[in-house]
Amino acid sequence: MMEKMIFGRYVPIPSVIHKMDPRSKLIIIFLFVAIIFLANNWITYALIALYTFFMLGLSKVPFRFLYGGLKPVIWLVLFTFLLQLFFTKGGNLVFDWGPIEIYEEGIRMGLFISLRFFFLILITSLLTLTTTPIEITDGLETLLTPLKKLRFPVHEMALMMSISLRFIPTLMQETDKIMKAQIARGVEFASGPIKERIKAVIPLLIPLFVSSFKRAEELAIAMEARGYRGGEGRTKYRQLSWRMIDTLQVGLLVILTILLIIFRS
Amino acid sequence: MDISLSQVEYRYQANTPFERIAIQDVSIDIPTGTYLALIGHTGSGKSTVLQHLNALLVPTEGTVKIGEHEIKSHQKNKNLREVRQKVGIVFQFPEHQLFEETVEKDIIFGPMNFGVSEKEAKARAREALKQVGLGEEILEKSPFDLSGGQMRRVAIAGVLAMNPDVLVLDEPTAGLDPRGRNEIMEMFYTLHKKRNLSTILVTHSMEDAAKYADQIVIMQRGRVMKKGTPTEIFSSPSELVKMGLDVPEVVRFQMKLEQKLSVKLDKVYLSIEELSSAVAELLGRGVRT
Ligand SMILES: Nc1ncnc2c1ncn2[C@@H]1O[C@H](COP(=O)(O)OP(=O)(O)OP(=O)(O)O)[C@@H](O)[C@H]1O
Ligand SMILES: [Mg+2]
Repeated sequence: MMEKMIFGRYVPIPSVIHKMDPRSKLIIIFLFVAIIFLANNWITYALIALYTFFMLGLSKVPFRFLYGGLKPVIWLVLFTFLLQLFFTKGGNLVFDWGPIEIYEEGIRMGLFISLRFFFLILITSLLTLTTTPIEITDGLETLLTPLKKLRFPVHEMALMMSISLRFIPTLMQETDKIMKAQIARGVEFASGPIKERIKAVIPLLIPLFVSSFKRAEELAIAMEARGYRGGEGRTKYRQLSWRMIDTLQVGLLVILTILLIIFRS
Repeated sequence: MDISLSQVEYRYQANTPFERIAIQDVSIDIPTGTYLALIGHTGSGKSTVLQHLNALLVPTEGTVKIGEHEIKSHQKNKNLREVRQKVGIVFQFPEHQLFEETVEKDIIFGPMNFGVSEKEAKARAREALKQVGLGEEILEKSPFDLSGGQMRRVAIAGVLAMNPDVLVLDEPTAGLDPRGRNEIMEMFYTLHKKRNLSTILVTHSMEDAAKYADQIVIMQRGRVMKKGTPTEIFSSPSELVKMGLDVPEVVRFQMKLEQKLSVKLDKVYLSIEELSSAVAELLGRGVRT
């Protein structure tokens, strides 16, 4: 039931993107999130789209899989679009039907904002699809190391992150199992009146919470039993290595940034 | 209620890079009143087969027939509720499904979802609790204050209270103490006989399979390797051993004995009593030891 979800799932296939250093991927994502706001006309959005689809292509993640996983998010994107469409005023009035008024600016803003949203989701999913949680955490921890000087708990944060990422699939499996058990006891998750469906969440959530707390406790005990004592003096088994491809990729993003600055209006 | 699976295949996460075939070409007939044991290694697809028995999973190929209902892939399957009311599943570690404030509320949850009145459901809760060997005093307790074994029993009671015609059990006694296991297995068997249920049991215990089942199905790597009555299945013990599966202790004893005495008994005996009288008779005839 939860099988189609793609967030936090790693797809193990060999591709250029998979082989990149997580640090370069993280840098690119952060930059991308910033420069996407530079886009404000059709040309710049087309550039962003081109870039995104180029990256998707390089990653070799099957399109059908991406599409299936993104379906639930598409509703959110659509909702953003409609919100902008109905509530932005400006430009010519295009459509007027009683209380519903749609302006040119509304259509433009709706399209742009939902597109921006869509590309952000695509690129960030691409990160988790092509990078193992461990790699992401290692990358983040290394990138943030300078902050340690400011007493920022970099290691603890990275650990928290890797644990959460690690347990997303487990939580999904658990959800699936408990859902099935409750469906067998007559719960309807997918049909019936809204009120009933909201009530149906309780027999799912309570067992999930109970097992999550139990799991957290077990994990803590296991870590202590194995002598975990925080990040101080801890060495790493996996070493990160920055290669040509990483430099090229960051270079490509810089080029994209320059193009965006040139073509934006 | 007759159940039959014909050439069922199931792929988890079909059409994704994670796609994997869990079971294929599985055909099993389960006429009303059958006690069927499903055995096989971990990962051989037993739980996947079970989830087809009340349409929690819809086969990606093949057909599942549950009473009047036919469940196939690529079609809208309606009225699954009726099926689910008739087929009660006790999942692996069913205590994970407990959620209500009190034991009583949790047990009546299933029946009430299927439209049983509260009064009737409460009566059933008491009966089910007695069947699983717990006292009424725990009705008002929180299920989370119980011991693991008690939680398991409460969860089982929750399924029994739905009065299913078919009982599907996925390793219901895994992790219980030996006495508790025995009690629960006996309870299921009594119920099976008394209510003329169909029972499908997944187990790693060959003893249980030999003792209770009319039919045994052995799964290996998602396929049905062998099916037959316990006598048929255990009459070629070496084959089972080759598959890496156990044979019941009685059968193992008989094998050793036959080897040692270089005799062959007329058939495989599945209970200690039968075997000992057969051996006594053999010795009575004066076989040299
Ligand atoms: N939700 C799922 N998603 C993907 N694959 C799954 C899922 N559930 C089971 N599988 C796979 O299907 C195969 C059969 O699993 P199944 O749970 O039916 O085995 P089993 O015989 O019940 O094992 P066990 O004795 O350990 O309970 C396994 O290879 C398993 O990895
Ligand atoms: Mg199983």
